[in-house]
Amino acid sequence: MPILNYIILSIALFSIGIVGVLTRRNAIIIFMCIELMLNAVNLLLVAFSKMHMNTAFKAGDLAGTAGTDGQIFVFFIMVVAAAEVSVGLAIIVMMYRNIHSVDVNFLNRLKQ
Amino acid sequence: MNITIIDILWWFLSVVAIFSALMMVTSKNPVYSVLWLIATFFAISGHYILLNAQFLAIVNIIVYAGAIMVLFLFVIMLMNLNKETEPQKNRWLKIAGALAGGCLMLILVAALKDAAAKEQVASVNQGNIGLIKNLGKELFTTYVVPFEISSVLFLSAMVGAVVIGKKE
Repeated sequence: MPILNYIILSIALFSIGIVGVLTRRNAIIIFMCIELMLNAVNLLLVAFSKMHMNTAFKAGDLAGTAGTDGQIFVFFIMVVAAAEVSVGLAIIVMMYRNIHSVDVNFLNRLKQ
Repeated sequence: MNITIIDILWWFLSVVAIFSALMMVTSKNPVYSVLWLIATFFAISGHYILLNAQFLAIVNIIVYAGAIMVLFLFVIMLMNLNKETEPQKNRWLKIAGALAGGCLMLILVAALKDAAAKEQVASVNQGNIGLIKNLGKELFTTYVVPFEISSVLFLSAMVGAVVIGKKE
């Protein structure tokens, strides 16, 4: 599969995430759009790692471990995303307890 | 130009991913948004399997669709948000947001479609770098220090979540 297809697919998913962040007001949905953007980047990293493996294979690297680093990076991005979600959802729950809403427009002044 | 089963699967998974992502952004009910996002994650996991990255496909399903999205569902249901209460934003702001995202996509595509790597091919359905044997060996030799540091990150995230979520 040509790498350009993966690039365009990832850009499309990333842009959908951007549009979601810009147009929605529910803090939870904004958070989910951020997760979608992270996943678009992960998909592109995996595709690039396989592309790197393919070029190394053609150049004579028959053991074929080139490109492992990209997939390790995706693994670490998932680790950081899991930690981020736990803290972020705790912050959203705290915000709901204080202002009884998850609408981000109520947060235009953080100190009320 | 012969169409293989891999091409058909690739286009099917891509259409499913983009359609579910669009439905996720446009759904009024947050619970439906979570379910559509889970569908997107499954489509992306299908892409990983197509790229022969089985370890990441399984981890994506377990961590994202299994753990993170269930956490989102718990929060939405505990806060009783599963009704369509989101106040409507100004229509012009929505149009401006969609236009800004569309411009970003247009510019990125236009910039990258003539990139030097355009002729490269991501090898589909072959190669063993995505198998757990290779990744595990790499993770516990070259990347063992970041792996251990990530456990400290998890500990601090856990403590942070407990401290923030605690009642006064």
